Amino acid sequence: MAIDIGQFVQTFFEESFEGLDVMEAGLLALQPGAAADLEQINTIFRAAHSIKGGSGTFGFQDVTRFTHLMETLLDGMREGRMSVTGEAVNTLLESVDCLREMLVAARENAQIDDARVQELRERLTQLLERKDTASAGESEPAAAAAPPPVQASGWRIAFRPHPQLMHSGNDPVRMFRELAELGELAVRLDASQLPRLAELKPEDCYLAWELELLGAAPREAVADVFAWVEGDCELSIEPLAEAPAAPAEVADSTAKPPPAGPAAGPATGEEGGQQGELLLERRKGEDRRRGDRRTSMTSVDSGSIRVGIDKVDAVINLVGELVTTQSMLSALGEDFDMSRIDKLHEALDQLDRNTRMLPVSSVFSRFPRMVHDISGKLGKQIELRINGEQTELDKTVIEKIGDPLVHLIRNSLDHGLETPDERARADKPETGVITLDAYHKSGSIFIEVGDDGRGLNREALLRKGLDNGLLRAGEDYSDEQIYELIFHPGLSTAKQISDVSGRGVGMDVVRRNIQDVGGSIQIASRPGKGTRITICLPLTLAILDGQLVSIGQDCYIIPLLSIIESVQIRAGEVNRIPGRGEILRFRGQPLPILRLYEMFGAEGAVTDLEKGLLVVVEADGRQVGLFVDDLQGQQQVSIKSLEKNFRRVAGVAGATILGDGRVGLILDISGLIRTNNAAI
Amino acid sequence: MAKILVVDDSASMRQMVEFTLKEAGHQVMVAEDGQAALGLAKGSGADLVITDVNMPNMDGITLIRELRNLPTYKFTPILTLTTESTTEKKMEGKDAGATGWIVKPFNPEKLLATVNKVLG
Repeated sequence: MAIDIGQFVQTFFEESFEGLDVMEAGLLALQPGAAADLEQINTIFRAAHSIKGGSGTFGFQDVTRFTHLMETLLDGMREGRMSVTGEAVNTLLESVDCLREMLVAARENAQIDDARVQELRERLTQLLERKDTASAGESEPAAAAAPPPVQASGWRIAFRPHPQLMHSGNDPVRMFRELAELGELAVRLDASQLPRLAELKPEDCYLAWELELLGAAPREAVADVFAWVEGDCELSIEPLAEAPAAPAEVADSTAKPPPAGPAAGPATGEEGGQQGELLLERRKGEDRRRGDRRTSMTSVDSGSIRVGIDKVDAVINLVGELVTTQSMLSALGEDFDMSRIDKLHEALDQLDRNTRMLPVSSVFSRFPRMVHDISGKLGKQIELRINGEQTELDKTVIEKIGDPLVHLIRNSLDHGLETPDERARADKPETGVITLDAYHKSGSIFIEVGDDGRGLNREALLRKGLDNGLLRAGEDYSDEQIYELIFHPGLSTAKQISDVSGRGVGMDVVRRNIQDVGGSIQIASRPGKGTRITICLPLTLAILDGQLVSIGQDCYIIPLLSIIESVQIRAGEVNRIPGRGEILRFRGQPLPILRLYEMFGAEGAVTDLEKGLLVVVEADGRQVGLFVDDLQGQQQVSIKSLEKNFRRVAGVAGATILGDGRVGLILDISGLIRTNNAAI
Repeated sequence: MAKILVVDDSASMRQMVEFTLKEAGHQVMVAEDGQAALGLAKGSGADLVITDVNMPNMDGITLIRELRNLPTYKFTPILTLTTESTTEKKMEGKDAGATGWIVKPFNPEKLLATVNKVLG
């Protein structure tokens, strides 16, 4: 039967990449020189083992051979034959990288860097040979030193099972049936050891057999039939033609004389005892590992399914349709009972959001390695503490926050944290700490990157801000206002600042990336104590709660979350300030007014400020008043990309289909505020 | 047709074995570690158990020992999936009570041949 196993290759790749991540995380957690953490090594070993097993089955022999070396080394560590040295761990880490490349190349049918593979193979082999030549020898499955095949007309087989043979689930009858497929089989039963009924233990085997197999079956094929019962029986296999009628010769060195009774001989008994002890040892090991697991396990594997993103998108589209239909129906009449469809919608929405959610660990998992590598290069001692990596975020957001987080952590590594000497002088522990926390709070996801380093240099930032004209001399600025400067493009790209303050290049880009996924970023710092950057992200990007507003003939949507309040403007409240546009004195603060109809060129809109409404919105800590004709209802809208279907429009985050079938544009509040600032 | 319990922590291996056995007309139950397998085994009988050795939570060796302690699994054929062709590793399974082994890598034909060997 031909079975195509190609269909499982994709699963193999997916689980192998996951396995590599597990190996990497495990290796990073190993403490070279310290007592080997058995459970940790076991976890790494199992991952390597699975990759090896799968790669062989799916035909990636290079991967199998390479993984075998890693696995042998890990096995040595696991059994205490090899010590866990920094060198071994680093070599294994590099091997993980190399293996990842090999798998990527295998998946994409691409070429790999053979020299690199070869170099690592040699280094692994060297490590193996240093402590243990025996296990390195296993590297190629030994094709058992088989004697040259004997041409025989058949085989005479003496088979005398030990009483316990059946306890392993083996059955002589099945074995004979298999032998019979190799040639003509004659079986002679020896029942001489059968005890009297009263003494007979029904589960033991008392019988023995003499078999003659006629035919050209090779010796290995015959031996193979008995491979599983080696050690559970007395067995001799002799060629028929070579020893026609010389029973003396049958008893060659491999065949022991048949036992006189059920006791199989002292040798076997002792062996059994030793094995018993070995098993006991293993048991202890396992118990310990289980104990460790309870206390040290930080990430619980949650059962998960893999769903193709196209399918998820299909569900999202359906939910979008449903939302649209729902608003159409509700437009039909107030008396229509919406509760059923509401419930359905809620359920679908929940399912759909959940399917798109991924734990942030998929991003966080790369950081232990990064911190390990970079801190080594910088000569700093740094510990990375991760919390809440099971917190879930929309896949799209996850994909976008990787780079900003890398940037923030690099900043902490490079500039925020001091060298051990500096820390000692400042009476701080020599090992610096970077924390990475993720948590869920009031409908948003927060990710915090903190360090206990030197903190931002307020004075230098203040000076720089004054020099650049971003701050005005003589005014009193809060810490927040000053730290905020690091996100300013003009300042953050200035080389000097990054030298003095320890932060800089590209922080404006970090903020823009976060804003692009609807998030915001905030900074807090204390001199000598450290810096903490907090990123606030939306749970999902697919659906938002919107406030519908009308401008002329058109309907626009303002994300409900960004709205502070809506006010009516009375005559004389607005000042026109040259260069800064129209300003409303709002709760003691100047509030810039943005006439949306002007921006979007809407016709027939209200132009008299006193006749319309001002919606006060906030993004990135700044407020602006959006001037609209009137407010309409509030509803959930499903976001369709305008960029994909039309083109990017400044100030517009996307579009949606309204209840009456019209298209409504969703306003991009941070974008509007940015444009407004740039215009001034 | 036999009822076969397949235990492996690797999804691709599990799928491959399950698919192959089902194609051959067998009824297949799958578990991703020894603990899950033991639960399944206790819940319903199996004519054959095929298990990986290295698994989290409960490894294959422990599973075999546990199964052999159950009256209904005393003589049930149990095969280990092992990448080790060395005697030592194969024997580890045997000592725990395994019937035999299938050495990885294997192709579907080899798997079915081995399975047929132990199904009476």
